[in-house]
Amino acid sequence: MITLIKKMNIVQSKSIETSLKKKSRPAETIVHSLLFFCGVISVFTTIGIVFELGKEALLFFKMPEVTIFKFLTGSTWQPAIGEFGILPLLSSTLITTCIAMIIALPLGLGAAIYLSEYASPRARKILKPTLEVLAGVPTVVYGYFTLTVMTPFLRWTLGSENVQVYNMLSAGLVMGIMILPLVCSMSEDALHAVPRSLREAAFGLGATRFETAVKVVLPAALSGIIAAFIISISRAIGETMIVAIAAGSSADLTLNPLHAAETMTGYIARISGGDVAYDSPEYNSIFAIGLFLFLITLTLNLLSRKISSKYREVYE
Amino acid sequence: MNHSMAHDPFENHGNLPGRHRISKIWLNSFFLSTTIGIISLSILLFSIINQAFGYVIVENKVDPSTLSSVPLNDLQKEDLTRILKENVSKNRYKTINRDTPIADMTSNDLVQLITNEIIKPTTVKSYFLIPSLFQKEQIIKTQWEEFPDAKIQFRSWLNWNFIRNSLSTNPDATGIRTALLGSLWIIFITIIIAFPIGIGAAIYLEEYSSNNWFTRIIKTNIDNLAGVPSIVYGMLGLAVFVRSMNNITSGIIFGVNQTNGRTIISAALTMSLLIMPLLIINAHEAIRAVPASLRQASYGLGATHLQTIWHHVLPSAMPGILTGSILAISRAIGETAPLILVGASSFINKDPNGIFSNFTVLPIQIYNWTTRPQAEFRNVSAAAILVLLFALLTLNTFAILLRNRFAKNKVI
Repeated sequence: MITLIKKMNIVQSKSIETSLKKKSRPAETIVHSLLFFCGVISVFTTIGIVFELGKEALLFFKMPEVTIFKFLTGSTWQPAIGEFGILPLLSSTLITTCIAMIIALPLGLGAAIYLSEYASPRARKILKPTLEVLAGVPTVVYGYFTLTVMTPFLRWTLGSENVQVYNMLSAGLVMGIMILPLVCSMSEDALHAVPRSLREAAFGLGATRFETAVKVVLPAALSGIIAAFIISISRAIGETMIVAIAAGSSADLTLNPLHAAETMTGYIARISGGDVAYDSPEYNSIFAIGLFLFLITLTLNLLSRKISSKYREVYE
Repeated sequence: MNHSMAHDPFENHGNLPGRHRISKIWLNSFFLSTTIGIISLSILLFSIINQAFGYVIVENKVDPSTLSSVPLNDLQKEDLTRILKENVSKNRYKTINRDTPIADMTSNDLVQLITNEIIKPTTVKSYFLIPSLFQKEQIIKTQWEEFPDAKIQFRSWLNWNFIRNSLSTNPDATGIRTALLGSLWIIFITIIIAFPIGIGAAIYLEEYSSNNWFTRIIKTNIDNLAGVPSIVYGMLGLAVFVRSMNNITSGIIFGVNQTNGRTIISAALTMSLLIMPLLIINAHEAIRAVPASLRQASYGLGATHLQTIWHHVLPSAMPGILTGSILAISRAIGETAPLILVGASSFINKDPNGIFSNFTVLPIQIYNWTTRPQAEFRNVSAAAILVLLFALLTLNTFAILLRNRFAKNKVI
């Protein structure tokens, strides 16, 4: 009897063993590795950007008339006579970006506070998609708008003798309008994430709506809002079409926003849009500028992530 | 909450009316910031429509009344053919006949041909919509004084011929067919390339990857790529697809007679890299939103990992994935800067006929026309923008409908 049970046990455990043995599924393995490859492509893209831009930029810096020091500190950009100082391009990029930020940051934040703290669900339902539409308009359309509406308007109000046909001010203003929805939607997400209980506590203490929004909700969402601001700056620095169309095409070092001055992205677009021979100094120089641009925006993006994760206030 | 509450955050609490006044002022300024966005959008749309329609003063090289006493549209085909024969040179007639046999043409085609070949209308002055509506007398006066031979007509710069014609240096005859076809080709190929890879990467990140340093690198990397300026992708495309892979992207190794790598496939590959981070982030979010219970139920019934993903996770995440993909695609349609770098040559009036053709796209055309000095090109540009915005609006509406449908069917 005991042997019989033992035997049955053996038979049973054997059959269980065979049925539970992990089947080899080649399809699963193949799909797994294919999907892994898809995920890794993004890493290759980054490596590709750094490698290719670096390679061409190296060719540029190998030229006898160029040194990294002169590139970063020179105040003349005239490829024709071998002067490659990035300051004129950099200064106009910074000026247009500053103008854009003066428009986009306060207005975007104001709109975010309105949508998150004041607007009725009905108003939100109409206003938010409209701002999303504004964010979806292609940048070339904004460029057209700058040249045909904003610039004539500025020349009419400030006098056409003061404002040049291509100028940094109108490009910066329209860029601000373009970035406004980005600031608004990212800040609104941050404000929205602040728990209701905080607001109710503030109301309970007798705060007005404005006091609640600015003294309680805003500080609580500050990390997200600063992250949004930094992302917007990075976006403005990398914006191309508006400045290529409306900011001018001469690399002048000027601080007057009413004058024309070419930005880094505008230069890249102009040089590559014409028929420039490969391996000419101009051609190589766009990669040096591109690498510089990439490093600036990468730093800003990393900074924004760091701030939003490090200073985030976590609530239950 | 870890703010220090040492000071009273609501100082002056005795002055309640004052606090409410401040609150009110700020409410208005917040509302104003919101409306500025909407006002800008309205001005933008209005200015485009304003420039796309309006009166034009047209001068004909040959007066149509000298060709025939009755309007051309009322003439029979034989008369039209005779007029054409009498007024163009013999060689030109032969060339036209060789391109499309005149015997096969309809009378409408012939009228079109006579207009282009003989009458040759040129716009000498164009007006915006608003002056056209409110200052008609003045426009007529200008025409009488400055262009006595010319004719005034109301023109929609966005018309059927504009969609149908290929690119031309003459703003009256130019069209966007080449650019439209180029855009369609590039978007089509971009979808084919980017869609499977993007969704594949999202599935990998959510369903397969373990939480180790490598996965974290991939995730951080994707987030950073989404913030890289689009022009940098253009430079990558120029260096890799146009130059390094010249033999493949120009189709030389496939026996295609093409001189350079500035082709549709290069543009589509560049665009794929550009929208990939966006696609992955959206698809990842959609897949993450699929409840875990669905997966557990599937495993409980004995399904394999792959079966669970294919039959349960993907179908339930699909509306979200599609919404995100449509938004990514509409970004690709409007993107200009990277394609300027990859495409460069701007004057292309040959329709693309495959992935190894040179190309131009709608946004590049808009850019070119906008930067030309002649006023008529601004009108043409506005018409092309209307086409572009219409395409984007259609896509976005579709995405919103999809999202709403998804939200309704969602089971929590």
